[in-house]
Amino acid sequence: MEFSRVQFDEMKGTGGLTRPPYQKLSNWLAETPQDFLSSRRAQAELLFRRIGITFAVYGSKEATERLIPFDLLPRILSRTEWSVLEKGLVQRVRALNLFLADLYGPGEILKADVVPSELVYRNPAYRPEMAGRRTPHDVYVQIAGIDIVRTDDENFYVLEDNARTPSGVSYMLENREVMMRLFPDLFAMHQVAPIENYPDRLLATLRSVAPRNANHDPTIVLLTPGQYNSAFYEHSFLADKLGVELVEGRDLFVRDDVVYMRTTEGPRRVDVIYRRIDDDFLDPLVFRPDSALGVAGLMGAYYAGNVTLANAVGAGVADDKATYTYIPDAIRFYLGEEPILKNVPTWRCREKEALSYVLGHLDELVVKEVNGSGGYGMLVGPHATRAQIEEFEKKLTERPDNFIAQPTLALSTCPISVAQGLAPRHVDLRPFVLQGAKDICVVPGGLTRVAMTEKSLVVNSSQGGGTKDTWVVDDAPG
Amino acid sequence: MLSRTADNLYWLARYMERADFLARVIKASRRLASLPKAYGGAESEWEGVLLSSGSVQAFHAAGRPLNEANVIEFLAFSPENPSSIRNCIGQARANARAVRTALTVEMWEAINDGYLEMQAIEQARAARSGEDLTRFLDFVKRVSLTYDGGANRTMLRNDAYWFSRVGLFIERADNTARLLDVKYQLLLPEKEVIGGSLDYFQWAAILRAVSAHTAYQWVYRESLKPWLVADLLILRPEMPRSLISCYESVVRYLDRLANTHGRQGPAQSHARAVYGKLENMSVEALFQGGLHEFVGAFISDNARLGALVSDQYLF
Repeated sequence: MEFSRVQFDEMKGTGGLTRPPYQKLSNWLAETPQDFLSSRRAQAELLFRRIGITFAVYGSKEATERLIPFDLLPRILSRTEWSVLEKGLVQRVRALNLFLADLYGPGEILKADVVPSELVYRNPAYRPEMAGRRTPHDVYVQIAGIDIVRTDDENFYVLEDNARTPSGVSYMLENREVMMRLFPDLFAMHQVAPIENYPDRLLATLRSVAPRNANHDPTIVLLTPGQYNSAFYEHSFLADKLGVELVEGRDLFVRDDVVYMRTTEGPRRVDVIYRRIDDDFLDPLVFRPDSALGVAGLMGAYYAGNVTLANAVGAGVADDKATYTYIPDAIRFYLGEEPILKNVPTWRCREKEALSYVLGHLDELVVKEVNGSGGYGMLVGPHATRAQIEEFEKKLTERPDNFIAQPTLALSTCPISVAQGLAPRHVDLRPFVLQGAKDICVVPGGLTRVAMTEKSLVVNSSQGGGTKDTWVVDDAPG
Repeated sequence: MLSRTADNLYWLARYMERADFLARVIKASRRLASLPKAYGGAESEWEGVLLSSGSVQAFHAAGRPLNEANVIEFLAFSPENPSSIRNCIGQARANARAVRTALTVEMWEAINDGYLEMQAIEQARAARSGEDLTRFLDFVKRVSLTYDGGANRTMLRNDAYWFSRVGLFIERADNTARLLDVKYQLLLPEKEVIGGSLDYFQWAAILRAVSAHTAYQWVYRESLKPWLVADLLILRPEMPRSLISCYESVVRYLDRLANTHGRQGPAQSHARAVYGKLENMSVEALFQGGLHEFVGAFISDNARLGALVSDQYLF
């Protein structure tokens, strides 16, 4: 596999000529004094702080509430680029849902030897409790966040699927609101595809997957671990936009396999739970007995088909980094189509040949723990010290099935606005895909995460990554 | 609505009201304490302030000498005093944050801005002057006004609004009653001295603490008489901080809740009973039966209402 080592910038391409989607922005920047951007930057910060868009950082004492750095310059995709991405995302999420229904059902893909059984059954995210049970409307991943990276003009890759409780959509929406307040002229110039209907689509999605025995106006709630969770702002934001109650575990109880919430008017039946709590904490009777966040008896109601959990329990087995490598095969298996979006080529260290290749090339590869998240538990070969490489050599030899390795891609950059002007920084993209009982949709764009530090490839907000507004604009005529 | 949300809104309103009351009491007492001794100024004033804010025990437990600087520090900024203004605003924000979905943007911004400003003020603490304190107290009043105005102008008139109003008026009634409880001796009729009194400034301070100094003139059109001060603060329905006015509101909002929920409960009947007692009371009867006893009974009745509301709605 050969990858271009030439740095691709989404504004300037590889040759320094402004790419068409960025033409108007580039002209505008040329005419705009640096002071103007600085004052807008200060305004943006104030807006975010006033609205209270903060996230909590675990284990950081001085700042329990921090702002995610926000960059003023939009990341722009042309309509043509987006159409391909959109088709690819829809295809992928349909396959993820079929894959999960199969894994917890007949297991055809395992019988056909396309995916090794032990990879599924020995996966910690696989929930034996769900085997042989069906979820309402057979949907498992109602809300997916698919992380996409780009290496050049043509190629987008799926870096990671998030099928559990993907977060970040509130930043996508708030970034747009703040940008529209700060730069009305830019919007007038660009015809940016709107994303403000996301909460509407999400609500429609959640309503569509209500249990069949629920009444025609199902009661939906958003279940949060509470205000000390790092994503609490997002939970309250979404509940508000959806017009549904934001509940904690203690607000719910289960009687005769039916879930109720405690209201001032007495118990009220709950039909759909958009849960932002991990599987492990959902029900202390089934999973972690020490969980104070969950609801005792919830799984009983779920098995009885009296409540829908979005996303389904056990969906994590499909977004695991080891399973990831098989998703293109799953797309071919279930849909009979070629995958539109490529995976980043990946060595599965569980396979002997791959392992010996990886061990021989640790200094050029990125090694990831299959169950790690948030950029933790990862080796970036080219930037690693000798000691770090030796540490991973040891880990890999001891538990090869715990790791995958990928080439260090020359990830695309986008300009960010800094005190001295513009500077290129690496970016990725997390579009959000909604799968309802029948319909599947993606709002145009997604959350662009940007590594604010020069040369850094880590975009996670827990490690200093920032965000940008993401625009899908019509192609320039001609 | 969720019981937890109702509970949070109820307490949010109480904390904001309490912060406002504390700011007013501190301001009025500073004014009084700055007068020459012959006009009623005395360090003992600060013990009264602690009493009326219900924090005298906590203050003594902290083990500092009783003087103006320490009392103000304790009431306004102390992290150890659960009812300090700082903690009230912090608690209010914690409650607001937990129920952001039930608040309008205006209400959230009022609380969040207040909280952020409070943090900035705390950081500049070492350099605090008397003038800074005045600014701070005005700031607290402004935060609570903005919050209250936001609630008034932007909240839907549904149970979220009613719970928050019930909290506000129970807290306000408690504050007024505690103030009366501490100062009742000053208000007894035999205290009047023809042609001016040392207590004049004390009475004025009581009125200022509940922002009723000008109101008094408008209602009675005569010079300060202690029994009229008591009348104003207990029995006058047009005075927004009087006990009767608070209970008129409490009864009204509890009735709204009962209508939506289709059931009158112990909270409603208790509130009506307390309101009835106030309605049938005259200022003469008040003094005959003993002002102190009356106010004491009211404070426990009011606390009982708080408990009944909790039982009935908040689990």
